[in-house]
Amino acid sequence: MIARFTSVVALVAMVSGPAPGHRAAGGTISGKVTYTGTPPKARPIDMSKEPSCVAQHATPVTTQDAVTGAGNSVDYVVVYISAGDEGAAAATDTVRYEQKGCQYIPHVAVMQVHQPLAVLNDDPTSHNIHPLAKVNAEWNKSQPKGAPPIHTAWDQPEFIAVKCNVHPWMHGYFVVLKTPHSSITDSTGAFKLEGLPAGKYTVTAWHERFGTQSQEVTIAGSETKTANFVLTARPY
Amino acid sequence: MRPFTGWLSLVSACGAALLLSGATALPGAAQQTHVAGKTGNAARGKPLYTRYCAGCHGDEGDAQGENAQWIDPKPRDFTLGVFKCRSTPSGALPTDQDLFNTVTRGFVTTNMPPWVALTPQNRVDLVAYIKTFSPRWRTAQAGRPITIPPEPAPTIEGILRGRELFQNLECWKCHGPAGHGDGPSAKTLTDSKDDPIRPYNFQTGTRFMCGETNQDLYRIFMTGLDGSPMPSFADQLQANQAWDLVHFLRTLQPLHSPEAAMWRSWFSTHGRELKPIGPEGGGQ
Ligand code: HEC
Ligand code: HEC
Repeated sequence: MIARFTSVVALVAMVSGPAPGHRAAGGTISGKVTYTGTPPKARPIDMSKEPSCVAQHATPVTTQDAVTGAGNSVDYVVVYISAGDEGAAAATDTVRYEQKGCQYIPHVAVMQVHQPLAVLNDDPTSHNIHPLAKVNAEWNKSQPKGAPPIHTAWDQPEFIAVKCNVHPWMHGYFVVLKTPHSSITDSTGAFKLEGLPAGKYTVTAWHERFGTQSQEVTIAGSETKTANFVLTARPY
Repeated sequence: MRPFTGWLSLVSACGAALLLSGATALPGAAQQTHVAGKTGNAARGKPLYTRYCAGCHGDEGDAQGENAQWIDPKPRDFTLGVFKCRSTPSGALPTDQDLFNTVTRGFVTTNMPPWVALTPQNRVDLVAYIKTFSPRWRTAQAGRPITIPPEPAPTIEGILRGRELFQNLECWKCHGPAGHGDGPSAKTLTDSKDDPIRPYNFQTGTRFMCGETNQDLYRIFMTGLDGSPMPSFADQLQANQAWDLVHFLRTLQPLHSPEAAMWRSWFSTHGRELKPIGPEGGGQ
């Protein structure tokens, strides 16, 4: 799988390679996201209509809209600073969103308003990439096999569902945020927001099915604070 | 599914209300339209809208008119600012001329009637009024229409190249190998409001919702039909390829077109050399 501790800031730090130790500056908020209630069971996806995609998976792929793990952990939760870091430097690296094996990789891509986004098709088949934006402008473009990446960006913060009409099982999200401070939970439900200057923050956790939750966290210096979230799971 | 759109649309609704109240005092750009030398005025369009359009599109433009429940496909929801028939790229707003053409033409195969009985001035005023429903008209301008170079004369070579494109761009996955609207993905298609939608069946008609000329057809697949599964192919096709595709698509329709005649006579002697369109085929 993909490394999903993609605090955008950490990514920028790694790409642009500033002085060592830069990332340690400021405080950290880390924690875990878990659920109460009954989550839906991940279901196997039938890709038989697209043999070239079936061939890319050793074992059948399952749905990713409610991935849970040991200790009630929740995967693919976006945790981000929703208030308190206004004016933080914007991320400028390009976020990649790949269509591979008739899946979106990553399932949920986090980016900042105006941050460059590249959509790639690695499959030997056509996809149409259709972000169902409501606040931003909805668009729908074909990307056949071998087509160059689609370079784009979003103007407004929004949680945008993405789908491919040719392959109805393909679902993903573009999460467009104002903040550069964000993290997606991994398979243990863990997240980490780093490089936060001293201040009072609102930290928000968002999951495509289990909803949104926020809490206040104050960072005094280069300390690490814990913030855990418990979301309410609902079956389909 | 999208927990945040709630407050976001609330915010934009407030923004729209603010802008609207401002706009009544000082006519905003969206309140006026300009088509073919006529200036449309939203205030004049409103009573026409209430009389002729609201029954389907709703007083608030939200597609909740009293007749909407009986209609499939559903009337357009003007509050979203998303339109199918555009000369502008996918994601961009249509031009005033595009909307004027739509209102004049209607949508074949749907309940959207042509409004030729209304005067051109009435139709321009209606376009101005339609544009008051979505805040998008205040924050964004209409896109720039795509350029359509002059159409080359159809040739059998061009038609065959167009057939190759229909295969390789996988139009057939939705529209079916013979364009009958029965491709492998056809049954699962939904529009952006999650209502089921069928791909266009080339065999049933000579007209499209978004026009009937070869230029209209060129525009349809280059810009896509926003709000529907029909994507834009503008990034994938050069102008000469797009014309090849237009000429091939004409052979799928029950038309007495030069393309169809050319195709029939070629096919009667060479038909067997062709591989069928579909998962395995498409070539000669
Ligand atoms: C009988 C119902 C009905 C009436 C009355 C009606 N419409 Fe429509 N209209 C529709 C339907 C249905 C659609 C959508 C068709 C589709 O999406 O395939 C539509 C779509 C539209 C569109 C969208 C075009 C696009 O490119 O997406 C416009 C603009 C429009 N109507 C304007 C009008 C105006 C102006 C009037 C009044 C003069 C009017 N309509 C009256 C049913 C109606
Ligand atoms: C993902 C499925 C899909 C693919 C791929 C697709 N289409 Fe479509 N197409 C549709 C649907 C659905 C409609 C009907 C939209 C509607 O009714 O609003 C449509 C409508 C059309 C129309 C009629 C539009 C009108 O104004 O009535 C044309 C022409 C067309 N498509 C051409 C093409 C061509 C050419 C290709 C390939 C280059 C293609 N389509 C690929 C789904 C698709």
